[in-house]
Amino acid sequence: MRSRPLPTFPSTAPSALGDEQLRANLRKATTTIRRKRASVVQELPDWEELRARARAIKEGAMAELDRHLLKLEESVTAAGGVVHWAADAAEATRLVGDLVSAAGAREVVKVKSITTDEVGLNEALAARGIAAVETDLAELIIQLAGESSSHFLVPAIHKNRSQIRDLFREHLGPPDLSDEPGDLAEAARLHLRQRFLKAQVAVSGANFAVAETGTVGVVESEGNGRMCLTLPRVLITLMGIEKVLPRLGDLEVFLQLLPRSATGERMNPYTSLWTGVTPGDGPQEFHLILLDNGRTRVLADPVGRQALHCIRCSACLNICPVYERVGGHAYHAPYPGPIGSILMPQLLGPGVHDSLPFASTLCGACAEVCPVGIEIPRVLLHLRARASQGRVKGGGGVPGSGGKEEIRERERALPSAAPSAPLLERCLFRVGGWLLRRPRAYRWALRLGRRLQPALAEKGWIPRLPGMGSGWTLGRDLPALPEESFQEWWEREGCGRAASPTGDGSGGEGNRGARGGPGRKGGPP
Amino acid sequence: MSRERERILAAIRRAQAGAGSPTPPCGTEGHRQAGSLDRASVLDRFVGRVEDYRAKVTRGSSSALYRVLAPALAARPVRRLVVPADLPEAWVLALPPGIEILRDEPGALLSHGQLSAAGGVLTGCALGIAETGTLVLDGGAGQGRRALTLLPDYHLCVILASQVVETVPEAMDRLAPVVRSRGAPLTFVSGPSATSDIELSRVEGVHGPQTLEVVLVEDA
Repeated sequence: MRSRPLPTFPSTAPSALGDEQLRANLRKATTTIRRKRASVVQELPDWEELRARARAIKEGAMAELDRHLLKLEESVTAAGGVVHWAADAAEATRLVGDLVSAAGAREVVKVKSITTDEVGLNEALAARGIAAVETDLAELIIQLAGESSSHFLVPAIHKNRSQIRDLFREHLGPPDLSDEPGDLAEAARLHLRQRFLKAQVAVSGANFAVAETGTVGVVESEGNGRMCLTLPRVLITLMGIEKVLPRLGDLEVFLQLLPRSATGERMNPYTSLWTGVTPGDGPQEFHLILLDNGRTRVLADPVGRQALHCIRCSACLNICPVYERVGGHAYHAPYPGPIGSILMPQLLGPGVHDSLPFASTLCGACAEVCPVGIEIPRVLLHLRARASQGRVKGGGGVPGSGGKEEIRERERALPSAAPSAPLLERCLFRVGGWLLRRPRAYRWALRLGRRLQPALAEKGWIPRLPGMGSGWTLGRDLPALPEESFQEWWEREGCGRAASPTGDGSGGEGNRGARGGPGRKGGPP
Repeated sequence: MSRERERILAAIRRAQAGAGSPTPPCGTEGHRQAGSLDRASVLDRFVGRVEDYRAKVTRGSSSALYRVLAPALAARPVRRLVVPADLPEAWVLALPPGIEILRDEPGALLSHGQLSAAGGVLTGCALGIAETGTLVLDGGAGQGRRALTLLPDYHLCVILASQVVETVPEAMDRLAPVVRSRGAPLTFVSGPSATSDIELSRVEGVHGPQTLEVVLVEDA
């Protein structure tokens, strides 16, 4: 699917981690949004019921996706719109290009849309000599900077005001522009107003599309969305097939969940809902492109398909301890953060983005804030298993992604011990599992470790592990084994005597039940 | 084109066959379908929540509308005011003298340039949502087409007390008929246009109106 491998998360995260400015920007932004979100979420007494309802609606929509899409096509057509279908990015961009050309335009104004980023629309249009003008302030900033988005909602979260002022001075003028956010926004307003007034064609994404009535919705703040959806003669909307909602009555649920989860507002400034073409009001030609681009692949996975329920609120990004420290660019994907880590590997298939499900601490905060109840940690584990199975089998059974070569490529890029890692890793896990089931052997291993560790430990910490363990200590110190383990303390205090000792557990015991009494099971000291 | 359509539909059906039967929706309808406040509290909440977006709200009665509209407009440098063709005549009469009225008549629509250059617009709305401080426009009576409330810098919106509902589900219930019958385009407006894209500092007034002012009309 892709000719060259994408950089892996472990290879890009260190430089992001080392960027003090980036980390300060991210910390400030994510903490602010988290606080706002929490305060407006607790205002609603039925938040959990809304989440449950949203999840049920999305599950229902996915279960009969074919029927809902056909109904949507019928409704949009009846309302005066035209529906197109695009199986992949190439078809989607070709369709948009053809429609723009048919309208006789050389320039389109764009509403912020991650889906158009996903298919590389701007680049594809540029190749046909069509200029795509981003009109969302943050999208404009990163378009001028020639960068890519690092967050769903505030794509320029990684840039500060003086960096933005410099960009605007260079591209928009005036040369004495200040770095006050109000002045910067005004400069963008002036720059874009004329473009809005003369634009013939607009391109947008969609937050929802209602099968029952053909109503399509865009949620925004600045009014650039309304400009694009109202002023041009032709409107082209590109939406993923998973955005369909069965009934008009479903909208209220998402209109309550999305703004509060996203920007921490009771309602975003503007929500536009349009149904086909309205004579004398707004665009007189409306095209809706339904995009697959890997979504049916996601749908085929009973565990992973819930990633399609995502409404792109970015609450999971803002709460994620990993995202907060590395930002969106480290993920090298249009959808970053926890949701990106479960969506991207599925959209593109095994072999690509396999490192993303590992870019998580599995703390579960993302699942707790997700307004549609996606069990992100569960899907992360599912995809980790898939990635490691693919690796053990040497990439066998990876459909159509050139995954095998890519896995080899990636392993070459890892530290030197890595090529043998899968085997060693498996041995280690097997030995670890064996020890954890045998308390006596476990304690013996602990004593051995304690005897060996003075060579490595400094003041209670191990700053560097040898061999393949070195990767573990690249970014963190390992706590040294303590002088006395919890088990030993337990025994010294005489607490364990009442319980009968078990000796070597005979397999299959796992970590269930406290058959040996508390403290008898092996556990981390 | 239709080949792509069949490809996608076939892929969906294959995926659904592989994924087994869906879990039946459960825990549905558990959320509030309506609010619980009395009317006076609903109106108070509406006013408070609209003001939270830094929009100005004035309360007045229909018999003395000029007492509210005149000072609102006098406080602003609005010389040319856009109004939809079917704005209630009483509202037009309540406008202070010295303001040029630009009517958006079906036969003589104002150009986008004219709208952009006008200082403000006066409209009604379809309804208001108290819980979120939102005004909803549906292109119905006294509202005009969407460009009217978008291009001028100042939007003065009159809402009747009877148009205010408490919650979002109640609003969608009221709006559904016009969407189903005439495909009415809906615009939800919650405060003036705003951005937080630069270091998350909120700036009001980006592309949509910089100022939103609401007049709540209560009748005894």
